[in-house]
Amino acid sequence: MSAPSFTADQTPRRTTHRASAPRRAVRRQHSVARPRRSTVLTILMGLTAVYALMPLAWLVINATKTQKGLLDSFGLWFSGDFALWDNISQTLTYDDGIFVRWFLNTLLYVVVGAGGATFLAVLGGYGLAKFDFAGKRAVFATVIGAVAVPATALAVPTFLMFSKMGLTNTPWAVIIPSLISPFGLYLMWVFAAEAIPTELLEAARVDGSGELRTFFQVALPLLTPGIVTVLLFTMVQTWNNYFLPLIMIKDPDWYPLTLGLNAWNQQASTAGGQPVFNLVITGSLLTIVPLIAAFLLLQRYWQSGLAAGSVKG
Amino acid sequence: MRTMTRRAMRGVGLLCAAALSLTACGSSDEDAASEKTVRGTDLRAALKEGGSITVWAWEPTLKQVVSDFEKEYPKVKVKLVNAGTGNDQYTALQNAVQAGSGVPDVAQVEYYALGQFALGKSLEDLSRYGADEFKDDYSPGPWNSVTVDDAVYALPMDSGPMALFYNKKVLDKHQIALPTTWDEYLEAARALHAADPKSYIANDTGDAGFTTSMIWQAGGTPFKTRDTEVTVDLTADKGVTAFTKVWQKLLDEKLLAPIENWSDEWYKGLADGTIATLSTGAWMPANFVSGVESASGDWRAAALPQYEKGGEVSSENGGSSLAVMKAGKNKDLAYAFNEYANHSDGVQARIEGGAFPATTADLSSKSFLNTPFPYFGGQKANEIFARSASQVPEDWSYLPFQVYANSVFNDSVGKAYVSDTTLAEGLKQWQKTSVTYGNDQGFAVNK
Repeated sequence: MSAPSFTADQTPRRTTHRASAPRRAVRRQHSVARPRRSTVLTILMGLTAVYALMPLAWLVINATKTQKGLLDSFGLWFSGDFALWDNISQTLTYDDGIFVRWFLNTLLYVVVGAGGATFLAVLGGYGLAKFDFAGKRAVFATVIGAVAVPATALAVPTFLMFSKMGLTNTPWAVIIPSLISPFGLYLMWVFAAEAIPTELLEAARVDGSGELRTFFQVALPLLTPGIVTVLLFTMVQTWNNYFLPLIMIKDPDWYPLTLGLNAWNQQASTAGGQPVFNLVITGSLLTIVPLIAAFLLLQRYWQSGLAAGSVKG
Repeated sequence: MRTMTRRAMRGVGLLCAAALSLTACGSSDEDAASEKTVRGTDLRAALKEGGSITVWAWEPTLKQVVSDFEKEYPKVKVKLVNAGTGNDQYTALQNAVQAGSGVPDVAQVEYYALGQFALGKSLEDLSRYGADEFKDDYSPGPWNSVTVDDAVYALPMDSGPMALFYNKKVLDKHQIALPTTWDEYLEAARALHAADPKSYIANDTGDAGFTTSMIWQAGGTPFKTRDTEVTVDLTADKGVTAFTKVWQKLLDEKLLAPIENWSDEWYKGLADGTIATLSTGAWMPANFVSGVESASGDWRAAALPQYEKGGEVSSENGGSSLAVMKAGKNKDLAYAFNEYANHSDGVQARIEGGAFPATTADLSSKSFLNTPFPYFGGQKANEIFARSASQVPEDWSYLPFQVYANSVFNDSVGKAYVSDTTLAEGLKQWQKTSVTYGNDQGFAVNK
């Protein structure tokens, strides 16, 4: 009980430090729910936010300009006619509406590729986490090793292999390699090990549930946050994939958006080619909209997903 | 990420170029014996029978040609594919040849890159279709580029006789006379930059195509190939020294805008007068019209400045051909399309689309020469370009591995633009890398 009397004693005597008393009082109120404020951190985070949002702002601003306006005006502010709607309709119709085709291709690659990758990662991760078999350590080593190999390094051998199999220039050339996600598998493995109590599975088995039924009805609901997290990762990866389709696909009808937009951009550097920077910019804006939407919609799932396993149960 | 991709792509290219080099393809001699000559009647029969071919090209006017061709021969289906521009397409093409699948029937190949594919024996010799008789139908620069001895490896699609494009408004404003020699050009560069520090006579950050064109104009022949024996002389060649003498001064006095060709900054500079002149191929007007809209009426075309006063020597820059791939499936149809696009009806459609022809008949036709260019204030610019096409020195040739050499140009010569390295030192370095690479590929370079 000496602390309050100490404060009471100190305050009147050392008047110069009076200010420190209330500050100390405020500091005591900090908790996880009411964290401490820091000016330095605020400024730092502000700068980071500006740095991260600047390209997005540039994209939005410049998507409102015509090709001519782009070259005549300052990059970070609006100018001239507001041509956003016109640009969008041009983007969707230019070159016989090939942008729409590219959009659908990308969607196909993402749904089948990233969806399939997530499915396989969930199955594999669950199996590795909850079953015991010979060679499990070897599988673990292989997966960890595969996480370290960049996809770019594998692209060329994959190309030669696929071309021997006659798969280049078909959607399969993009979809099949996308189905493999070592990082997703690893994540699902760790997640499944934490999120599904082994006792629960044992209980299900005792009650006579088959392995498949146990997986779909008991394990799968518990894995939802992890699945959404992996889905988001693989989705972003497939949506933005550039190098793999670049070497695999030569037919513009099967281009994903990344390649298509690059082809439009290249038009500016060709003899007789028409520069369409305005369409490239508007197309890029349209391209990131679905990703932003996916993040906003799935936000609550993947946030809880990332935190899973960090608190002891 | 982008650089990494480029690097990786280059790696693929090297791998394939190595496999493609002379020793790797031994089967072609047997093929030649069994390949009969094909003449008009056979081609007409093939066209009548129909089929489908794939064309890899990025040239925009081909779209019209394809639709005309399909209308005329309804049984033939032409799939026009833009498999990338320039280097990207060559890498893809070499990958396809190497992999043995997905090779198109017809491919667009720029003149500088033809040697690489011809020597790799990936291209069909078109003389068996009678293309060797077309010599007089094309201007000398492009024809020399597509032929080696008796073999015709492609048909010229367009050409790029060089001209000086200048922003008349900017030069008039500062009362600078149009330069007719490179020395006067240097003077004009000084006067312009002094009058307006934001304006430059030209942009250059190191461009292999432009540099070789300039050496070509100066009468240089730094690259010579005979079978597998190659000589590279980028140090003592008279064309090289003539070029560096002028261009080094422009660099030393910082009279060149550090803007890369084809960038958005470049388009901006051409529009707002920051870049006052441009020495490039005659295909440029179409790009002015579509890309530099706001400067319409400011620009004019003129003859390329000369190394010697009163001289009448020009050069070629860019330009490409259509080749028939050896690994293509339907070679007769492929050739028939090629001839249609580059030798008969397709040519006119392409000219109307803004392409600059390589065919002498079109280059000398009245309607072509008299075409006014509204963009150039109504100037009859084709007269200048056609004259330039006839003034190109004929003994020029590119390296048989020019695609590779050009891809490493900026690692050596590019240094002259950003550091104290001189152009001469940079070119010497470029020669060294090129010689090493050529020898690694099985050529005897400078031996």
